[in-house]
Amino acid sequence: MYSIRRFAVRHSRFFEGFYRAFERMIIACDPLFSAIGYQRLERPFAFFERGVKGVLFDCKMCGQCVLSSSGMSCPMNCPKNLRNGPCGGVRPGGFCEVKPWMRCVWVEGWEGATRMRDGLERIRVVQPPVDRSLEGSSSWLRVAREKAAEARAGLRDSGDPGKLVIARAFRRARSFEPSSAPLAIEPAAALADQAVGERTSVYSAQTPAETGHKEKK
Amino acid sequence: MAPLQTPEPFDPLIDPPLVPPEGHKSASKLERVLRKGWFAVTAELNPPDSADPRDVLKAAVPLQDVCDAVNATDASGANCHMSSMGICSLLSHAGIGVVLQISCRDRNRIAIQGDVLGAAAMGVGNILCLTGDGVGVGDQPGAKPVFDFDCMSLLRTLKTMRDDGTFLSGRKLTTPPRMFLGAAANPCIPPLDFRADRLEKKIRAGADFIQTNYIYDVEIFRRYMQRVRDMGLHEKAFILAGVGPVASAKTARWMRSNVPGIHIPDAVIERLEKAEKPGEEGKKLCIELIQQIREIEGVAGVHVMAYRREHLVGEIIEESGILSERMAARDRAGN
Repeated sequence: MYSIRRFAVRHSRFFEGFYRAFERMIIACDPLFSAIGYQRLERPFAFFERGVKGVLFDCKMCGQCVLSSSGMSCPMNCPKNLRNGPCGGVRPGGFCEVKPWMRCVWVEGWEGATRMRDGLERIRVVQPPVDRSLEGSSSWLRVAREKAAEARAGLRDSGDPGKLVIARAFRRARSFEPSSAPLAIEPAAALADQAVGERTSVYSAQTPAETGHKEKK
Repeated sequence: MAPLQTPEPFDPLIDPPLVPPEGHKSASKLERVLRKGWFAVTAELNPPDSADPRDVLKAAVPLQDVCDAVNATDASGANCHMSSMGICSLLSHAGIGVVLQISCRDRNRIAIQGDVLGAAAMGVGNILCLTGDGVGVGDQPGAKPVFDFDCMSLLRTLKTMRDDGTFLSGRKLTTPPRMFLGAAANPCIPPLDFRADRLEKKIRAGADFIQTNYIYDVEIFRRYMQRVRDMGLHEKAFILAGVGPVASAKTARWMRSNVPGIHIPDAVIERLEKAEKPGEEGKKLCIELIQQIREIEGVAGVHVMAYRREHLVGEIIEESGILSERMAARDRAGN
């Protein structure tokens, strides 16, 4: 797996082109996906995505893929899960601080980025922290949802104030990788099990209190 | 010699809140010094393995007069000591400038955002945002590494708290933390070609000042600073170069192979090996490094990390000429 993932980084330019075409295709599929229902598609899509990206990139299914902004080197393979690496602990020869037998994921990433068309522009963008409640879900479907919603007149966002703050604070990252700071409504199937019930109840309970607070001011 | 900073004791419950001067982001003394264009000095404090507050003051004594702010490390090298938060609270109360260090290794976003409000309330003005060493190198390698944020998402989050007055959850802050935000840089380790780019990214994420890891290879650092100046980064953030005295060739070798991210050239180790008094030689080397680094355009100060050699920091700062230069600058400014 390690050698395949390094192969993918060495051929980052090819994968960049492939991904660009693939993203266009998947966004174009939004009407179809909407008709079938994102909720229904989530599980099979995630299963398929895990298989393909798992082999190619050692994908960890964070659900917020930023491969095109990390030189086609999956940042979740960094033992520190850095989304903006490399850290200051890189060993001579570009090896990992924590796993000395492994090449640093982000040294590979910056090298991969130099081979890509937009790689260096994208790797310079500050990436937001990972939303752990999206782990295990399909990033591809998320991209389709976000981009299609954006293309339609205005984005119908989930009304989650936290997501709005992150999308605003990391605006540039979102412009390149919409799934890194998603705003569109997530189907329940895309949220990590433990979070679903809590999240909905938290927001319904919090929104009126929040408005009340603002009015007071 | 007069001290670089005069302690101004601060009781957060009694004294009026610290207000940043016009055009400043915080009320921090370090920020004031840097914005005046004076060559700043920060120094790292050796955190006690004790619950006695006097141990903190004792550790700060050799540093407080010869630096503008004391860095309180946050379990550096993943070794457990008194928290940076505890140390910074005590020292702020005593009126000594501090840099609170936050590593992403041990706390998630909920804990960190809360800690930052707490620190600001205690009068802490500077925060250094770090990713942190892996838990494996520390004294408790079985700990769970958190890494919820990385240093850059942490920087951007704190910037959002300060400038937009909101938590990452969107909830408003009634009083935002007025913080001077710092980040680390490690110019001398791979990938050398991308280190300046990464610095640019940190500044974009929100860093106001930078403290680098140990610089023992001035040549590499010069090339790095050339790149930094070409990109104009020295005008966007204050860069403090990290230096420190090594006790012996053996220590240097040990540091090189056991502390993550330290590059010490063979020539330095050889020099220490040949010296009759390696401790003295280490100090001399540190002074020389400071003098060479000061000549490099774009360097705004030094950050002295003298682990277990804190007693030397005063002599190092004085003999390097920084102290007298600062006195002169202060006299010229008339205060």
